[in-house]
Amino acid sequence: MEAEKINVPTMAEMMSAGKKPDVLFWVGCAGSFDDRAKKITKAFVKILSKAGIEFAVLGAEESCTGDPAKRAGNEFVFMMQAMQNIQVLNGYEVTRIVTTCPHCFNTLKNEYPELGGNYEVMHHTSFINKLFKEGKLTLEGGSFKGKRITFHDPCYLGRGNGIYEAPRELIRKLDAELVEMRRCKSNGLCCGAGGAQMFKEPEPGNKDINIERTEEALETKPDVVAAACPFCNTMMTDGVKNSEREGSLPVLDLAELIAEAGDL
Amino acid sequence: MDFGIENIIFLLVLAAAIFVFAKKFGRIWRNIKLGRDINRSDRKKERWALMGRVALGQTKMVKRRTIAGFFHVLIYAGFLLINIEVLEIILDGILGTHRLFAEPLGGLYDVAINFFEILAVLVILSCVVFLWRRNVNVVPRFKELKGWAKTDGNNILIIELVLMIALLVLGAAEANMEDKKAGPWLVSGLLAPMFSGVSQENLHLIERVAWWAHIVGILAFLNYLPYSKHFHIILAFPNVWYSKLENKGQFTNLESVKKEVEMMMDPNADPYAAPAEGEAAAPDRFGAKDVTDLNWVQLLNAYSCTECGRCTAVCPAHETGKKLSPRKIMMDTRDRIEEVGQQMDQKNGKPAEDEKTLLDNYITREELWACTTCNACTEACPVNIDPLSIIMDMRRYLVMEESAANQQINMMMTNIENNGAPWAYPQADRGNWKDEI
Repeated sequence: MEAEKINVPTMAEMMSAGKKPDVLFWVGCAGSFDDRAKKITKAFVKILSKAGIEFAVLGAEESCTGDPAKRAGNEFVFMMQAMQNIQVLNGYEVTRIVTTCPHCFNTLKNEYPELGGNYEVMHHTSFINKLFKEGKLTLEGGSFKGKRITFHDPCYLGRGNGIYEAPRELIRKLDAELVEMRRCKSNGLCCGAGGAQMFKEPEPGNKDINIERTEEALETKPDVVAAACPFCNTMMTDGVKNSEREGSLPVLDLAELIAEAGDL
Repeated sequence: MDFGIENIIFLLVLAAAIFVFAKKFGRIWRNIKLGRDINRSDRKKERWALMGRVALGQTKMVKRRTIAGFFHVLIYAGFLLINIEVLEIILDGILGTHRLFAEPLGGLYDVAINFFEILAVLVILSCVVFLWRRNVNVVPRFKELKGWAKTDGNNILIIELVLMIALLVLGAAEANMEDKKAGPWLVSGLLAPMFSGVSQENLHLIERVAWWAHIVGILAFLNYLPYSKHFHIILAFPNVWYSKLENKGQFTNLESVKKEVEMMMDPNADPYAAPAEGEAAAPDRFGAKDVTDLNWVQLLNAYSCTECGRCTAVCPAHETGKKLSPRKIMMDTRDRIEEVGQQMDQKNGKPAEDEKTLLDNYITREELWACTTCNACTEACPVNIDPLSIIMDMRRYLVMEESAANQQINMMMTNIENNGAPWAYPQADRGNWKDEI
């Protein structure tokens, strides 16, 4: 059976129809352009649609939050991005934002208020959890039942904002066995992409950080490596390729896990 | 014993020790205040609570490293509680009394001294364990330490050993005295036989020597602190109080840049406007090239660091063989601000002008570009030191003052400026994924 096409309205379309969505889905650059990350975007859209959430995206009016420029040290580019985005967001009277990227999440939530952008910002793992708690989403077992899943904490979700439980609760929802890595939660090891490292070659060393982290994930003998950040996802996927487990060990975002388990 | 020449000597020694310490402390505080201003006096209630938990309660110390945490708490408890006895020692020294608190406290005094003696034994044990971990079975994070940093760590432990042994010897000698005021006590009582058969006169002599060794040792230690990483026993408290309360992921927004960009985006702004009277002063540098570009809390961080290396042990860049070590960032910052301060002293307080800067002469660009901003270092630090903020301020200098980012970073930033994404995709295509569902 072919799935019904999900309509994703933009804020502009909503506004011209005289409507206001419950929440704005901030897709982020990776979620918009990166082929791997786009799958996460689509999975999350399916979840939003299934839960009957009235949401919208900015589409072509969305622009980088400025996070990578800021972490690289370029406050000018960051501020220009931030102020333009805030103009757009405030223009649409946005009050609630959900995003699948912890970097966008952190920047929108923590660094925009001082510049005039005050919104309730949620990471999609917290948001999906809320949908379950409100009964808008249900899941019975599903294809990951009993599977060993290890979760890699994104720095900007975990240490950066103290969110450790939301993604783990989702893994429990899958009826899967959560296997923790040696270093997890506040002790978690970075995937190596943060601080604008995603966009440059690493400095000289004896190992790449994502390889180190992937080895740690493999120690848990997982069936799935769960991620909650498009950049961590890329780094861990590369790490798994490097260990020649590509094909047998999927690296999946929590939105993808939930969508797949719910056969969405 | 009555007031006499011994007490006059004691008073002079005490006054000199306090004077020299205060002077050095003042100099360090002046150095710290060479940093830029930052308001960290908001949310006072939270700050006191944080200081209570993290500094006084040592919560981050025991969080993950249980062995080190456990023995550290023992030494720390010894330091805090045995110092109550030091109060008596100082009063005795000034007044010419002996065990001033013994009579008024009665039985409670024996309980207290017994408790202190047990603590002293635990401190001795802890110091031995720590010496072992630094010299025999060396913990990885200490292997990096060379020269003064290594010597300093051992000095502190040895001084603490000597102080505690002096305290117990003092009690042991006293236990044999016929005219003792109190005691014998638990531990020193056990040691007492080593002085059996010693004449009463010599017992008094031994007791005096141990007494002086203990108190002079403490005063000497006090004056060793400002030259040592051990200064953390004082600065850890203000350091935690003034630490960042925001989410770790939140970085500061540079106010000066904000103003510029606001003006750029304001259609009513007059591009030719001259700065208002009084605002014409040269603007601050963007980011940090030298220590005086950092804020004073970052400099306080540098003086509070006790070089334990928990930050470096968890740094992903360091672990994978990159040059970055957050501990080194803090030690370099302290060494440089000390250098700047010494030059000021030589020039009667005038600002130092040398060719050196924190960037390049102490911290290399390679170290700065290795950071993933993952906050593992700030999470690991038992006293909330923030090496990441220094790395970020230095990156800001590199990028905004020198345009010294590498080509890949420059491409990423250009892409964001031109098409609103770190990659070269047109902004108009941002919604294309919608057609693929």
